[in-house]
Amino acid sequence: MPAALELRDVRKSFGKTAIINGVNLAIEKGERHAVIGPNGAGKSTLFNLISGRFPVTSGTISLNDREITGLPPQDISRRGLARSFQITNIFPKLSVFENIRCAVLWATGHRYSFWQRVGGLRDVTERCDELVQQINLGKRRDTPAGVLSYAEQRALEIGVTIAGGADVILLDEPTAGMSNTETADAVALIRSVTVGKTLVMVEHDMSVVFGLADRISVLVYGQVIATGTPQEIRGNKAVQEAYLGTEQH
Amino acid sequence: MTSFFHIRRLALWAITALVMIALPLLLTQSFAISMLSQMGIAVIFALSYNMLLGQTGMLSFGHAVYFGLGAFFSAHALNMIGAGNLGLPVTFLPLVGGVAGLAFGVVFGYVTTKHSGTPFAMISLGIAEMVAACSLMFPSFFGGEGGISTDRVVGEAVMGITYGQGRQVYYLIAGWCFVCMIAMFALTQTPLGRMANAVRDNAERARFVGYNPTRVRYTMLILSSFFAGIAGGLAVINYELVTAESLGVVASGNVLLMSFIGGVGHFFGPIIGAVLVTYLQSALSNYTLAWLLYFGLFFLVMILFAPGGIASLLAMHKPAWDVGQLRRLVPSYIAAGAASLVILAGLITLIEMIYQVETKKEQSGTVMNLFGLTFDAANAGPWIGSLATMAVGAALLWGASRLVRASWQQVTIAINAKRGA
Amino acid sequence: MLNSLSYGLLLFMLSSGLTLIFSMMGVLNFAHASFYMLGAYFAYQTSTYLGFWPALIVAPAAVAFLGALTERYGLRTVHKFGHVAELLFTFGLAYIIEEFVHLLWGRAPVEYRIPPILDFSAFSIYTTQYPAYRVFMMLVSVAMLAALYLALTRTRIGLIIQASLTHPDMVEALGHNVPRVFMTVFAGGAALAGLAGVIGGNAFVTEPGMAASVGTIVFVVVVFGGMGSLAGAFVASLIIGAVQTFSVAFDYSLASILTGMGVQLDPESAWYELWKVTIAQAAPVLPYVLMVLMLIVRPKGLMGTREG
Repeated sequence: MPAALELRDVRKSFGKTAIINGVNLAIEKGERHAVIGPNGAGKSTLFNLISGRFPVTSGTISLNDREITGLPPQDISRRGLARSFQITNIFPKLSVFENIRCAVLWATGHRYSFWQRVGGLRDVTERCDELVQQINLGKRRDTPAGVLSYAEQRALEIGVTIAGGADVILLDEPTAGMSNTETADAVALIRSVTVGKTLVMVEHDMSVVFGLADRISVLVYGQVIATGTPQEIRGNKAVQEAYLGTEQH
Repeated sequence: MTSFFHIRRLALWAITALVMIALPLLLTQSFAISMLSQMGIAVIFALSYNMLLGQTGMLSFGHAVYFGLGAFFSAHALNMIGAGNLGLPVTFLPLVGGVAGLAFGVVFGYVTTKHSGTPFAMISLGIAEMVAACSLMFPSFFGGEGGISTDRVVGEAVMGITYGQGRQVYYLIAGWCFVCMIAMFALTQTPLGRMANAVRDNAERARFVGYNPTRVRYTMLILSSFFAGIAGGLAVINYELVTAESLGVVASGNVLLMSFIGGVGHFFGPIIGAVLVTYLQSALSNYTLAWLLYFGLFFLVMILFAPGGIASLLAMHKPAWDVGQLRRLVPSYIAAGAASLVILAGLITLIEMIYQVETKKEQSGTVMNLFGLTFDAANAGPWIGSLATMAVGAALLWGASRLVRASWQQVTIAINAKRGA
Repeated sequence: MLNSLSYGLLLFMLSSGLTLIFSMMGVLNFAHASFYMLGAYFAYQTSTYLGFWPALIVAPAAVAFLGALTERYGLRTVHKFGHVAELLFTFGLAYIIEEFVHLLWGRAPVEYRIPPILDFSAFSIYTTQYPAYRVFMMLVSVAMLAALYLALTRTRIGLIIQASLTHPDMVEALGHNVPRVFMTVFAGGAALAGLAGVIGGNAFVTEPGMAASVGTIVFVVVVFGGMGSLAGAFVASLIIGAVQTFSVAFDYSLASILTGMGVQLDPESAWYELWKVTIAQAAPVLPYVLMVLMLIVRPKGLMGTREG
């Protein structure tokens, strides 16, 4: 099985503090992979390294066998890796539709063009409307994103992430802060929008993790202490040690 | 639904065009026509500025650089036309300014747009100062203190148009203004224009959907410099003179004031601002030497109480208009307006008295005329009177503001009721 | 040399206040140089009644008071509208202060003189005489900066200010985001600018244009040194001060250098005007050119650590 995303001995320190201590991780094409671990283990930092938000201190990251270490976020995004954010990160003054369109415009090749009317781009409009329906925000199509409810904003966050058609999707705590029904909706949404794609997610809700993931990696103190199927992880001694007595969300 | 909006939008543009055509027929005095010409130039310049501030979130303190450099290149081109060295109809002279503005946008923008937010603001100011200082170093191009003067009545008359008359110049400016307005509006409807909004709102997220915010800012700055340069070219035709002041920091500040007062959050805001500020500047400067002070105070009051500018004040009333409740607000607005006038009268008296005593005493003594009253600013009475007037006005305004709030509450209830139904 | 040092120190008195305010509050204070100008004018007014020495205290205190008012009733109101509104507010304030100065003191320079007791030549090296007032200026600046350093390192509020230079979010989270700290910093920065005005106004010239001319140089200093870095502001102040002071004295142009090397230049050639510009003539541009070069080479500035 070829790796969609591969990390080799990735390290990251802020000043003298090492946050990521040599992570090796290979995500297979088409799998749904969850990264779990106690608070402060470095999960979000890991996502920030993969997506180019922070530069790595050492190590290499490759996407579909091409190295992406050190590239700026936009280049990584153009090579087919999209991510969502733990703290909702959308365009607050733009409508739901326009939020989605930002991601679609690049993917459909319209980029920086200033000679076409955006309303006349049939392909863009159709694709955006499909996506708005898919994330169940049809009724909120023209509402500014800033005034949506929390759960709606989270759905939009996922929508913006997948809209560009990336084949590797990173979701950072997509269900954080949601009620049980909202979480169920979110899981259904994630399932439907990531069909045929590679998904990597950080998640604290273990029912989501064990229900959704094909494989799980456990990150503790900046190192992957175990990777395996949900069954293997459940029975893994090191994982139990890391989790017993420590917090569990 | 979409076609309905298109019809409304077309109608709006048609009305704008008609107004622009009709104005000089109604206001026939030469100073009115010259003011209308100035307004046309200011509208292009302010809209081009708003491509940066309102649409891309770039606060520039140096936008007049592109206006001024465009003007200087146009002036030299016009002189070349006059000398028979350049075969360009005067009608298309603004294009020279536009291309010059664009070229300098390419050069300076490369440095400035690597930054955003406050660093961008400071660097744009530094570039503006640099260009202003340079302009005094190269007198043969910038004409030193006197500037470059030129003559717009050159070349062959096309259909009898020589631009000898003020009205012909107005129609030239109005024509360019209309074309530029449409072009700049159209730009907001393109992928680049929409992504400029996205970069303004959240530059980081734009990176994660594949866009390079620097490139968006850079492209927007180049395009905006082009329109600023066109405005500069028109200014050359209008004044037949361009001095180093036109690219200075004061000019940059002025376009910022116009856009902001008009409202940077709406496309039409800077148009209102440009028209209003141009009018105020020429009207106030006739009445008082302290007009810049009044103007500055007006600006501060706008920032403190209406940071969205006039356009957002108008937009705020649209829901009330839609449900036919606007008239409910009128009485309270009249009360607040009257109270503000009282404060203003006191304030104006005070400022004019300070001015009389501090600056004009030698020439004209301390006796002065204001609002049809004659009084001596050397006495304590007028001072106490003006302060008392301001105090009374403030008390009235406090009362009126409660009235305004109460009326708004009623209106809001009505709007919500309508929405719910 | 002495001139450049005293000027550089004066620049640092201004840029340090600006940097502190910027780092603490995220506000780039456009009216900072206006406070400098007000300091000079207040000192002029005070010195006509009480003499120079009381002015040294009274004027900065008055400016500090105005600074506190500005923060309390202006900036705090516009804060909720974001940084652009804050920046524009200080911009409008600078505008109004300049007009008020026009109104109260007229457009011509006022006669704000160096006190007679300091108006002599302290010493001379070769044929150049060094006025005692320059020495005095340096003493005041250094004393002020020493006081600032002590205040920042030895007092509680100083430590809070220092911490918020590097970790603004953390300090806020610790509950130190007391508006009073903001007001203190803003008033303190204004007082520094006012004091600079008191000692600079008579050394140079006290006129309504002084705010604009010094203001942009101070911005250049802050960008050059790296935004939010006090050490950077210090080094940059001295460099820019030296560049501005020395360049005026060099009467060489590229043309004269090239001619000296035996290159003949055609006075008719298009670029002749560029070649014949002397360094002295180019002096006003040099700080900006330095800034632009710095931005190309090192966008964060000399010692800057963060953007925006």
